Amino acid sequence: MTRLRTAALVGNPNAGKSALFNALTGARQKIANYPGVTVERKAGRLILPSGEPVELLDLPGSYALDAVSPDEVVTRKAILGELSGEAAPQVLVIVLDASNLEQHLVFAQEVIALGRPCVVALNMIDLAERDGLTIDPAALETALGVPVVATVAVRRRGLDQLVAAIAEAQARPPEHHRPHVDMTERRVTAHAIADAAILSETKRHRLHSRLDRVFLHPWLGPLILFALLFVVFQAVFAGAAPFADALQGLVDRLTAVVRGALPAGLPRDLLTDGILSGVGSVVVFLPQIVILFFFILTMEASGYMARAAFLMDRMMAHVGLSGRSFIPLLSSFACAIPGIMATRSISDPKDRLTTILIAPLMTCSARLPVYGLIIAAFIPRRSVGLGVGLQGLVLFALYVFGIVAAMIVALVLRRSVTKGAASGFIMELPKYQMPRPRDLALGLFQRAWIFLRRAGTIIFTVTIVLWLLLNFPRAEAGQDQVDASVAGHIANGLAVVVEPIGFNRDIALALIPAMAAREVAVSSLATSYAVSAKNDTEQAMKLGGRLAGQWSLPTALAFLAWFVFAPQCLSTIAVTRRETNGWKWPGFMLLYLFALAYIAAGITYWSAVALGL
Amino acid sequence: MTLDLLPIGESARIVAIDWTALVPEEAHRLRALGVDNGARVAVAHRGVLGGADPIALEIGRMTVALRRVHARAMQVEPA
Repeated sequence: MTRLRTAALVGNPNAGKSALFNALTGARQKIANYPGVTVERKAGRLILPSGEPVELLDLPGSYALDAVSPDEVVTRKAILGELSGEAAPQVLVIVLDASNLEQHLVFAQEVIALGRPCVVALNMIDLAERDGLTIDPAALETALGVPVVATVAVRRRGLDQLVAAIAEAQARPPEHHRPHVDMTERRVTAHAIADAAILSETKRHRLHSRLDRVFLHPWLGPLILFALLFVVFQAVFAGAAPFADALQGLVDRLTAVVRGALPAGLPRDLLTDGILSGVGSVVVFLPQIVILFFFILTMEASGYMARAAFLMDRMMAHVGLSGRSFIPLLSSFACAIPGIMATRSISDPKDRLTTILIAPLMTCSARLPVYGLIIAAFIPRRSVGLGVGLQGLVLFALYVFGIVAAMIVALVLRRSVTKGAASGFIMELPKYQMPRPRDLALGLFQRAWIFLRRAGTIIFTVTIVLWLLLNFPRAEAGQDQVDASVAGHIANGLAVVVEPIGFNRDIALALIPAMAAREVAVSSLATSYAVSAKNDTEQAMKLGGRLAGQWSLPTALAFLAWFVFAPQCLSTIAVTRRETNGWKWPGFMLLYLFALAYIAAGITYWSAVALGL
Repeated sequence: MTLDLLPIGESARIVAIDWTALVPEEAHRLRALGVDNGARVAVAHRGVLGGADPIALEIGRMTVALRRVHARAMQVEPA
């Protein structure tokens, strides 16, 4: 027998797999992508009683091995060892929801029938007990012919026994290799096994059906959802402000320290004007991203997200999508990348493609730096009545603009490019659960880390490259540094194209590096205006104030309209290419979004000028 | 009676499903969720904002959301 090196968690969606995975591996996790396919590969280190480490995979939830959605296909291929460069896991840990045995046993039988070493984790046994179910793991073990361990992942109950069973599983392959049976037969067997294992069943008090009566109420439900979304966005903008200010203060202080410590010259300028102002202007958005993801992860972990999908289904149906698209689209408000990856749970390919194509229209957090800067500089800080500020209203309008545009685009796409049968809406509504702080914290940490890594790599590099392009060749006496630089020459060329929509040379200059990531537009503006400043005082002047002095209002508004549409994020394009397996759709996405951006900015500029703004 | 007409809260058994009325992938998904001949179901919720879509179906200890077009393809009998 070979040493145990790999094991994998498999099971239906909502079996509590991820909580079990977190409990078994702690923070020792690595999230990557399967080579050649698009599904996240979640792997962690599990320590056996012998002290030896095992790589534990958390495979996407699946209802059957012959399933159709992209993430379920990965589960099948991973189990069967059909993924290139990836051996089949030596032990399969089948995770069952104890309170939903007759459903979860269907897939369990299919996995056990493969004849590979298996262990069953009878998970969430506490919730089953709460629902009045008493289950006999031993009876289940006899019926299935593989070891069964009762677990409560979130309370760490039964974990030691489960790990011990995993360690011994290779020595105990399934006792009876089942003949091939179809799903209907497995379902009949599942019922029989569940009936035998359930010792007693009192009147279920089913907390979740009572909650559903409120949350899925035809009128109250949508009201609660919109109130919740309002609270979410309010928290993102108002709640993050003190933290963002604190971060900004930190960046400013660091800049001052560097200024004081280093002699004036190019190296100091690179540090302060290049790196600190560039990366710093992006990092200050970390609090907003963390807050938005806090709500999204909480909604997912509590089971409410599926209810939100239910409530939104009818509205999404009007534009040819389903409630399933709501979850990826909501995630896209934080970032289109996790949003696009979340479309994997949509089984209809046309539906999925449409959702991917409109995801970048949801106002992601990377646009916030841009919107925030321009709004603060150009929109007067005054009330429009009822305690609503004009600045907030403009920001809200930009969000609505993006959503409305996305709906119109979806409607058009579903009638042309992604034409097909009307998509349906079929999904399980999981039980309500109290989200675990530890799992939430882990999820938030992973998101924050991804964001900071982006700031530390892409944005860092782009900022330095831009700074170099802006500073070389050096200007001669009496010449403006930006005019003399390489970047200035490139921008002069691009400016010809964007001049009709009211963009000046500085904007053209900012648009080039912002191809890497939208928020870079802010750091580029910061970098380029810092470079053209005559002295340190002017350099220290707030960027917003400087913009207000140099841009006209129509130009600023056109710039905002541009960013509602412009697909300026290499990562989004890259992830779209990966998710759609080719350059056709990312190419299409780039073209239609740039076209819309140009038109929207143009219309905004021309109307603003016509109105005499 | 088809499932879309089943009053909320009333238990019924699915006696026939017109699979041809369903997209194959959707039929597959419904069966994977246990929505099949012989299954005991009850409609828990129906509709949002005055519409009749979607439907939350209780099946075993699960709640499954589906649309009226799916429910219309299913014949049920009171159980």
